[in-house]
Amino acid sequence: MVLTLAALIASITVFVLAIFLGFELISKVPPTLHTPLMSGANAISGITIVGALILSNSAFNAGDPGTAATLAFIALVMATINCVGGFMVTNRMLEMIAGKRRKKGGD
Amino acid sequence: MVDPVVWDIGYLLSAALFIFGIKRLSSPKTAPSGNRLGAYGMMLAVAVTLVRMESESPGIIGWELVVGGLALGAIIGAIMATKVQMTGMPEMVALFNGFGGGASALVGLSEVLGRLQSGNIPEAGIGLYGTWIAIGMTALVGWITLTGSLVAMMKLKGGFYIPLTKKDDRGRRKWVNFPTWGPPWLNFVKALLLVGGLALVVLTIQEPNNTDWIYALVAVSCLLGFLFVIPIGGADMPVVVSLLNSLSGIAAAFTGFVIGNNVLIIAGSMVGAAGLVLTFVMCKAMNRTLPAVLFKSFGGGGREKRTRTKVGSDPEEVAMVCDGIAKCIIVPGYGMAVSQAQHAVKEFADLLEAMDVEVKYGIHPVAGRMPGHMNVLLAEANVPYEQLIEMDDINSEMSECDIALVLGANDTVNPVARSGEGPLGGMPIIDADKARVVVFIKRSLSVGYAGVDNPLFYEDSTMMLFGDGKQMMVELNAAIKEL
Repeated sequence: MVLTLAALIASITVFVLAIFLGFELISKVPPTLHTPLMSGANAISGITIVGALILSNSAFNAGDPGTAATLAFIALVMATINCVGGFMVTNRMLEMIAGKRRKKGGD
Repeated sequence: MVDPVVWDIGYLLSAALFIFGIKRLSSPKTAPSGNRLGAYGMMLAVAVTLVRMESESPGIIGWELVVGGLALGAIIGAIMATKVQMTGMPEMVALFNGFGGGASALVGLSEVLGRLQSGNIPEAGIGLYGTWIAIGMTALVGWITLTGSLVAMMKLKGGFYIPLTKKDDRGRRKWVNFPTWGPPWLNFVKALLLVGGLALVVLTIQEPNNTDWIYALVAVSCLLGFLFVIPIGGADMPVVVSLLNSLSGIAAAFTGFVIGNNVLIIAGSMVGAAGLVLTFVMCKAMNRTLPAVLFKSFGGGGREKRTRTKVGSDPEEVAMVCDGIAKCIIVPGYGMAVSQAQHAVKEFADLLEAMDVEVKYGIHPVAGRMPGHMNVLLAEANVPYEQLIEMDDINSEMSECDIALVLGANDTVNPVARSGEGPLGGMPIIDADKARVVVFIKRSLSVGYAGVDNPLFYEDSTMMLFGDGKQMMVELNAAIKEL
């Protein structure tokens, strides 16, 4: 796959628009949610897992799992820790916060 | 053969789930569902990728490795997420940041090595420049995030036990504090390294076959990340942690350019923007600019000499003052996290509430070592969310407050900040001094991170309880029970 100018410009457009979207989406966050927002967003940045998956495959195309495939495998493990751990820990924090609100409502 | 459009639609759905997820994470009611939406988006992206790989090139996919890698990562991640204490949360977030950045960096490295291995180097032109710049930027940002986060994690831990040293009578090995080190000339070194890193990106484009440039770029970026965080002191950590969070997203977005995948670009740049918003919230709460936090050493030099002294009180005296009051505001700081006093604080609040005292918590935005640190700790101790009040709102209630209990905080209540001069000048503070009585629980009269003496300590209406935060809270609770 050769990168064309049109494809590159399209990608840059998406990049810039998504940054603006990110700024707009979370202009106001209550401090209680600062930590969960950070760890939840961090888990989403583990999306690089897709890249690791693709490369752990294409590296095998060459026939032998050389350095490239080994690196992709390490990347896959790290990205998965990032995603699974990040989402679970965020969930734990949010349940702690939301759990008490329910109890409070029940009183 | 499936039409490639199917995969793009799958990725688009996944990106939409991320967008809704982040949006919903910014409000307490919707946050749990927002987090789940993010996780679904991730699962969808992984599933689409796996199906696509199998359908486009059936048979050659290394299932053992792929499934093994996913399972290994999921198990490690799940164990870490379940076992971590809330007090260990800042280190955990920093470590996950590092993993995200490191994974992106490794994907970039794997891509370029794989291409060299199979001789798949584009002709000089947009194909080469676009891809190689993306690979270079992924390396730069990714490795900086990895080493920077690891240093931040060590700083948040405070230090470590040296393995294999002799154990003392309490069975602990020798403890060393993680250093904060940053002479002014270090900034020139960092600038040089950054320029060098960018130059290496150019060199990799000019000589795509020379792997030396690539490894040099990795080395320079790792060193830069290390030097970037090492001079930054503890109380500035909220800024650094959220900035690294932003960088880990940017690294993922650059990886999206490398492999030509929009979902990485969208998710990564949104996380980058979100982290940056949080970074600026933190800077504003300290009334400092981002460059000042990152490049100016703070509080180290002109430490004020204390000339005054103050007689400490004991818990019984404070308990007596607590008798018959109407309103108490608790102002926690990093000291509460260090001594893990949050449960004792909650017990104190319960005791007061049993005596019909109104209890609230005044939370400074940069109290602690990461954004929202105090909120997470108090939530762990079952403090109702409604009692955690933001700085601006609690300040309007301070004048009608009988006791402000300041636990392990200093700079965030220092009235000197209002004068607009010195290191603290202009920083928004919690107006604890407006309360009728101020009680400090603190180890000593020593200055805080900013190195500025706190005149509030010496006021007649101030009582000092010298000692460990948790122990003092426990003694205070015992004294109140005896009233």
